[in-house]
Amino acid sequence: MGIEYLGLSRIKGPLVAIDGVKGAAYDEIVELRVDDDARTKKLGKIIEVYEDKAVIQIFEGSENLSLLNTHTKFTGHPLEFPLSMDILGRTFDGIGRPIDGLGTIEPECKRDVNGKPLNPVEREYPRNYIRTGISAIDGLTTLIRGQKLPIFSGNGLPHDRLAAQIVKQASLGDDSDDELVVIFAAMGVKYDVAEFFRRTFEESGVLNHVVMFLNLANDPVVERLITPKVALTAAEYLAFDKGKHVLVILTDMTSFAEAMREVSSSKGEIPSRKGYPGYLYSELAAIYERAGIVKNSTGSVTQIPILTMPNDDITHPIPDLTGYITEGQIVLDRGLHGQSIYPPINVLPSLSRLMKDGIGEGYTREDHQSVANQLFSSYAKVGDARALASVIGEDELSASDKKYLEFGKAFEKEFVSQTETENRDVITTLDIGWKLLHMLPKEELDRIDTKLIEKYY
Amino acid sequence: MNNTYTGTIYGINGPVVYIKGKTAFKMGEMVFVGPEKLVGEIIALTSDITTIQVYEETSGLKPGDIVYSTGSAIFVTLAPGIINNIFDGIERPLKSIAEQSGIYISRGISVDSLDTERKWNTHITIKEGDYIYGGTIIATVPETPAVTHKSMVPPYVEGKVIWTASDGEYTINDKIATIELKDGSKRDLTLAQKWPIRVPRPISGKHPSSIPLVTGQRILDTLFPIAKGGTAAIPGGFGTGKTMSQHQIAKWSDADIIIYIGCGERGNEMTEVLEDFSKLKDPKSGNPLMYRTTLIANTSNMPVAAREASIYTGITLAEYYRDMGYHVAIMADSTSRWAEALRELSGRLEEMPAEEGFPAYLASKLSAFYERAGYVENLNHTEGSVSIIGAVSPQGGDFSEPVTQNTKRFVRCFWGLDKSLAYARHFPAIHWLTSYSEYVNDLAPWYDENVSPDFIPYRNSLLAILNQESSLIEIVKLIGSDVLPDDQKLTLEIARVIRLGFLQQNAFHKDDTCVPLKKQLLMMRTILYLDKRAKALISLGMPMSVLKESNIFDRVIAIKYDIPNDHLEYFDKYKTYIDDFYDEVIRKNG
Repeated sequence: MGIEYLGLSRIKGPLVAIDGVKGAAYDEIVELRVDDDARTKKLGKIIEVYEDKAVIQIFEGSENLSLLNTHTKFTGHPLEFPLSMDILGRTFDGIGRPIDGLGTIEPECKRDVNGKPLNPVEREYPRNYIRTGISAIDGLTTLIRGQKLPIFSGNGLPHDRLAAQIVKQASLGDDSDDELVVIFAAMGVKYDVAEFFRRTFEESGVLNHVVMFLNLANDPVVERLITPKVALTAAEYLAFDKGKHVLVILTDMTSFAEAMREVSSSKGEIPSRKGYPGYLYSELAAIYERAGIVKNSTGSVTQIPILTMPNDDITHPIPDLTGYITEGQIVLDRGLHGQSIYPPINVLPSLSRLMKDGIGEGYTREDHQSVANQLFSSYAKVGDARALASVIGEDELSASDKKYLEFGKAFEKEFVSQTETENRDVITTLDIGWKLLHMLPKEELDRIDTKLIEKYY
Repeated sequence: MNNTYTGTIYGINGPVVYIKGKTAFKMGEMVFVGPEKLVGEIIALTSDITTIQVYEETSGLKPGDIVYSTGSAIFVTLAPGIINNIFDGIERPLKSIAEQSGIYISRGISVDSLDTERKWNTHITIKEGDYIYGGTIIATVPETPAVTHKSMVPPYVEGKVIWTASDGEYTINDKIATIELKDGSKRDLTLAQKWPIRVPRPISGKHPSSIPLVTGQRILDTLFPIAKGGTAAIPGGFGTGKTMSQHQIAKWSDADIIIYIGCGERGNEMTEVLEDFSKLKDPKSGNPLMYRTTLIANTSNMPVAAREASIYTGITLAEYYRDMGYHVAIMADSTSRWAEALRELSGRLEEMPAEEGFPAYLASKLSAFYERAGYVENLNHTEGSVSIIGAVSPQGGDFSEPVTQNTKRFVRCFWGLDKSLAYARHFPAIHWLTSYSEYVNDLAPWYDENVSPDFIPYRNSLLAILNQESSLIEIVKLIGSDVLPDDQKLTLEIARVIRLGFLQQNAFHKDDTCVPLKKQLLMMRTILYLDKRAKALISLGMPMSVLKESNIFDRVIAIKYDIPNDHLEYFDKYKTYIDDFYDEVIRKNG
């Protein structure tokens, strides 16, 4: 495809239209230049095409483009990312161009970043856990290899520190010494945040097992729509072609969704909820569903997307749709953060859907599920007791409600709370759980089999 | 396929493709789009523009590419081989797709819906000279050890049999009979027939729903039962256990055939169903559950237009097995994703949106879907049923949104899942105050006759206690439970026994995961007997604190684990325990 077209017919926001083109394909990548100046090169994607007209979405934004002097070249293929083992340790921009000054990648293969849906019959159901050393996660919302488990956070909450701690401490749980490969994709995050992660990777000595994709807050908005796709293309390659266990951190998915809203509104589409396009669910799913394990491959793709809930509202479309796709969620709570509890994980709305098959005898310990259920159930009662105490005062509470208040406090201080360097093993976590349950009378433990109570209480 | 006419692509916008000018395509016709022959469907025709929705990813299509007609509406192939299989939204077997394209699903794959090579051990059930109608069973095939497939004359076809094959091994496309139609022409019959997915298969008549679909789940069977041929909705925010509830019903209900539609849901979940159902044994027949199950997997990252079709594919398969005289249950997980697919396509077509961007025809599409359920008399005068259990994923867990509200109008069972129950890990998290079933009165005679005349009165007593509890809780929230009079404290305690011991059910416990109706009845009887004896004590002036010194309440809660499903005679002991408890309290304090 050597033909270049000169001139555009319309420029509006990140979208440009071009007339009189032949053979433009839907979803194809185009290159644009102004005045034959190579430095002004921009990439775009065809998002609509009618006969000889094409609408192109420019990744870098349409600044400097003019209706007259723009040269447009059609590449004939969708956006591709060059892959080889050399990408380990490298840093790329939001659409996969190296920005660390170490030159281009000698590709072993090139892949379409949009990926293709995994065939459910080729998937393997995830069953092996990843030990994070964090009690609230290991004990109550266990992370499983091949899972997608997002962190629902809010602005000002320590989600970055938590994600960094997970990366530093994550181990595969069993006796394999395989190292985790970490893929870090930043969408619209502040420079400080990206730098914090880079430094963390460096300090923990894993930098040569990390691939970074950075689209910072001041980088072009449209690029953000591609960043997670490029990152996951790399993840799929490393996991399913090269047999690595890959942990993908995507932050911040809220910026990704906002970028989608921005582009959708400039296309003049009919909005659904809060101005987000109707296909937000499908787009998020296309990203989250790229986690998993497949048959005949030793690797896995595990995702920890981070999203900041606007106004801490869990029913906002972004966390809401995310929760419907991902296999659980870890919810951070401003109230706990205010009490200096780190990590401020509110365990009640937190959940790991895959946990039930990856724990218990043969994986962690036989009593794991029962202890988790009991802690959830008892901690839910703490909420009721606190609500009552705020109405009638603590003194008026019944003896059992008072016990629950004590239990609640101890649970937050001893079980949820730990330091940023503390790496607890699962057995310790479960033992702390039993210690706390001991504060409650035996007959209150209605979720645990009588035999287990006798053994561990 | 006769590619008699074609069109040329004018424009492409996501899954929607346009052809300019007047074309010969028919509304609803299936077409092949572009050089890769992607499957599509004609969804709008005007004299200027023909609109096609494409069931596969459209990237790479160009204006000028050709669209080929097929002459028929989008259809499914109905023949042996459907059960124990997994399909995508337009009945393409995922296993064959995997053989062709590996771990990912590629585009434009051409595979047969059903295995055309496999030979089935066929028994012919008609003979020369018979006059046969649409629905007449012409052959039977052991499709799986659990299901006998009955091949039928397609609807609206009738004539005299002039030739039949003898019993033997045939593929689904082999000729097994020839009939002479009224107009004298001849027609060959095979084990297979085709049917358009958007058209309900004809029936002779509908029957009232009078038999329950027994699920083995206590809160469903006793409090909110669904009839065979009934419709139910399970709405709930994320993490409240919609999928778990659907899995439990799919595993343990007494339907003959299960069609599980994973519509816009997680890939891992479909894998889990596939793995679990291949391993788990049906309690009745001892066969793996997959031998009575068909999965339709259109996960959330697969093309959105096929997600819209998957619901219709599923119900058409269900109707086909109903026509054989089977009781079929459909799990649609989740109908909200299907509604969102409608919204997405509607948005691409730039239609005028109604509430929250959903198209105005959402309600009529939902009602048309749920009305395909029912307990019916088939064309061949057998009886069969299709029950639909649809999960709904309301945005933000808010039941006032359009999909939940419109679904509520067309279903007769509403199993509302509750976030706070789920947070406390009370499963199934179906809330007893927001849920309802309109089938209770229709099914009461069946329970009287087949379980016990006590069943429905017990059920009503349980519900009454739970309702009393909820009004008492309001008071407790304000002033604490200590100041309540003893009889009300007892109501709270009995309600706790009902909640923990009866409503809460452990899906991972070998006995508790599926509980026979008889045990459900005895559990209710024991709880209500305890209530009666304890009430007698309270009326003698015994305070609640004395009653609670005994562990009898917790023992009754533990019945669900302590009495195995095959040793229901243990219940007699509990009656003795309760009597002992009564005597003990009297002796100590009387």
